[in-house]
Amino acid sequence: MSVRRLAEGQPESFEFTPENRAWLDTQIAKYPDGRQASAVVPALWQAQKQNDNWLPQAAIESVADALGMAKIRVLEIATFYSMFNLAPVGKYFIQLCGTTPCLLAGSDEIIDVLQRRVGPQRRVTDDGLFSWLEVECLGACCNAPMVQINDDYYEDLTAENFEKLLDNLAAGRPVKTGSQIGRVSSEPVGKLTSLTSLYGDGAK
Amino acid sequence: MTKILVDGVEVDVPSDFTLLQACEQAGFEIPRFCYHERLSIAGNCRMCLVEVKGGPPKPQASCAMSVKDLRPGPNGAPPEVFTKSPMVKKAREGVMEFLLINHPLDCPICDQGGECDLQDQALVFGVDSSRYHENKRAVEDKYIGVLVKTEMNRCIHCTRCVRFTAEVAGTGDMGAIGRGEDMEITTYLESAMSSELQGNVADLCPVGALLPKPQSFRGRPWEYQKTETIDVMDALGAAIRVDSRGREVMRILPRINDLVNEEWISDKTRQIVDGLKTQRLDRPYIRENGRLRPASWQEALAAVAAKTKATPASRIGALVGDLAAVEESFALKLLAEQLGTPNLDCRQDGAKLNPKFGRASYLFNATIAGIEQAGAALIIGANPRKESPVLNARIRKRWLRGDFKISLVGERADLTYDYDYLGAGPESLLQFIRSAAPAEKLLVIVGQGALARDDGEAVLTLAAQAAQSLGGVSDGWNGFSVLHTAAARVGALDLKFTPGAGGLDARAMAKSGALDLIFNLGADEIAIEPGAFVVYIGAHGDRGAHRADVILPGAAYTEKSGLYVNTEGRVQRAFRVVFPPGEAREDWAVLRALSGALGNPLPFDSLAALRRRLVETHPHFAQVDEIAPGEAAQIVALANHPAVAMKDPFAPAIENFYFTNPIARASAVMAECSALAQGRLAQAAE
Repeated sequence: MSVRRLAEGQPESFEFTPENRAWLDTQIAKYPDGRQASAVVPALWQAQKQNDNWLPQAAIESVADALGMAKIRVLEIATFYSMFNLAPVGKYFIQLCGTTPCLLAGSDEIIDVLQRRVGPQRRVTDDGLFSWLEVECLGACCNAPMVQINDDYYEDLTAENFEKLLDNLAAGRPVKTGSQIGRVSSEPVGKLTSLTSLYGDGAK
Repeated sequence: MTKILVDGVEVDVPSDFTLLQACEQAGFEIPRFCYHERLSIAGNCRMCLVEVKGGPPKPQASCAMSVKDLRPGPNGAPPEVFTKSPMVKKAREGVMEFLLINHPLDCPICDQGGECDLQDQALVFGVDSSRYHENKRAVEDKYIGVLVKTEMNRCIHCTRCVRFTAEVAGTGDMGAIGRGEDMEITTYLESAMSSELQGNVADLCPVGALLPKPQSFRGRPWEYQKTETIDVMDALGAAIRVDSRGREVMRILPRINDLVNEEWISDKTRQIVDGLKTQRLDRPYIRENGRLRPASWQEALAAVAAKTKATPASRIGALVGDLAAVEESFALKLLAEQLGTPNLDCRQDGAKLNPKFGRASYLFNATIAGIEQAGAALIIGANPRKESPVLNARIRKRWLRGDFKISLVGERADLTYDYDYLGAGPESLLQFIRSAAPAEKLLVIVGQGALARDDGEAVLTLAAQAAQSLGGVSDGWNGFSVLHTAAARVGALDLKFTPGAGGLDARAMAKSGALDLIFNLGADEIAIEPGAFVVYIGAHGDRGAHRADVILPGAAYTEKSGLYVNTEGRVQRAFRVVFPPGEAREDWAVLRALSGALGNPLPFDSLAALRRRLVETHPHFAQVDEIAPGEAAQIVALANHPAVAMKDPFAPAIENFYFTNPIARASAVMAECSALAQGRLAQAAE
């Protein structure tokens, strides 16, 4: 983490699309009267999705207006959570886990790839496709190392398959989410090492 | 009530008391930074840790744990709290060490030095050395307005300022952005705070992060002479402490008075300090050939005496301004009686308040503390936020507690709480009286904006009718409350400083050709048309002095002892802090000298003698800090008058909060605040 400020170049205005506004109204309706502020995180999240995955100042103010909150209250939340991007990000926003299990499993290599292909953290590539950020544990330690690209996890990375993944994304080819070495969820790599015999009803 | 042992001392406290309050009750001081009696509980500084028996076996934040959270012992022994055990000592030392990790060691150049909670508590509860050799965290200083300077390296994140602006001031200006080590206290994108109470955040700040900007690097607290007195910037009569050094007023701070201002004061009260030094009248002046020239007291008094003797009594008038103490108003009244003129008035704004309706008709009968007992409120032609920001905070406090419906007739303004807007003028009020359901303990606040107009008396009657018919007057409750804007007004009305039989009121006196001689005791908000010879007695070269033919320099409120009666009718004593500048004298002494020059000296030679005389005729002035309550029957009687009000909307009583009196108009700080506020208004209008 570091000090987070609003980005320098800001769009003039922000307005929720009619669909998003309608969606936001359903969120607000979940809370009792006078407690609309409870919808602030979903509202900011939706605003961020609508605005290419980052929150401009106008969006923060628009959420404050929509929920009847002081602007500073919304800014507090937008700066508190790292999932809110306060500056533009690439079309593919890569959040790389660098916490201990991923580090032990080789996240350094992935960082090298990113540094070579994308550049330093927080910088969007010239074609606008990629930007990356090292984040704390994303909770997929058993499939380390891993990254999150936009809404999806990509696990069991190596320098090679990660590079291929980036190539595919850049070329607009379909990519596989989850494990990149074909394992199912968090099953062991290779063959089973424990619980090797069937048990219960299946054993008969 | 619950029994609890604090360090072996048994105390009996309400079960919703916090442990911290229980410890204080038992006489043990608990160090704290984030906890403040008048703000919500945050529990984030951890300085108030204590050890408990009957609760979790670890240090507990005593501000955030209540007495009822503790269990009694197995045999019903009361729960115990320890404030001096080794665990507590170690916990406090640890917390203090953590707080000091990032706190700069710049006490020698910090304005908070000498009155700093962190300094004091580090001395008493901390350790003598640091074990941290890493670089300290650096934080950018923020711009948060013209009244509060920031030095954000020093911030310990107690969030008192955030809670104050969110809860008491109601503007939600400040917040904490970021998280963890990167947390920063700021306003929204470093905009200026918009509250009229923003100066209080500097008082609340336990360290030197938020400091009063106009007083930067001016002095140390131990150099100041501290005088406890009363504020006159509005009719609230807030309790203040004026710090002076030599002949100079250095700063003004609030004192605690739960009945009046709790512990807040408005920015105008706090920061007109520089206005006390500029534009001062420090010698008499006489107008010759259209220009004012300095003169001696003898010359000036002789000129006034000559003019007075040459003028028939019916052509003489006397005006009392907004900042006059009771004594000088009384002295002027005696002088006017000697001269035999019926032309007296203290209502320079033309408010149709009249002592003939009884004292209850012009008091804030509900009392300021009583606002918290009210069940609903009706605000008529007032903007309490501008007319008395601290009183407005009290209304907000009641509103925050919930179940408090506020209705408003008059100017639609942001008052920091929600209200039903009924309309702009008297007809909306009339409709409300006819249609609304009565409420329990209705508070009817009548502002000067509703009264300072030709049909003011009718509006006053309508307000009384509203109070009478909608639950404003009942057994033990008188909710009819006039919100004054002038500190001198209630005292002068108590003295019946209003036109006698056949006398002219202030507006009529100011008309060209109405009078030949006007004694103007600091009335600067009224434009006296050409014609009359004006004798101005006052402290500042403002509108009144510009119009004057003779100026007799008086004393500002920090330079004289005197009585003031606040809007609820509470008699309070102000004390002299410093002496008036140059040849200026206390106003009562000026009037006494003037009567001497007229050959008929007033019957007192000292303030004490004047007060004795005052109390003989008006005994309630002897009850300092007390309210002589108005009678509810007077409100009922007032309501029975016929009332025909015009349709014009109520105009605001105060155009510019920062410029309501000559001292404020002389202050550069107030001018800066005003420019900021105007800018905000222009922005809001776009």
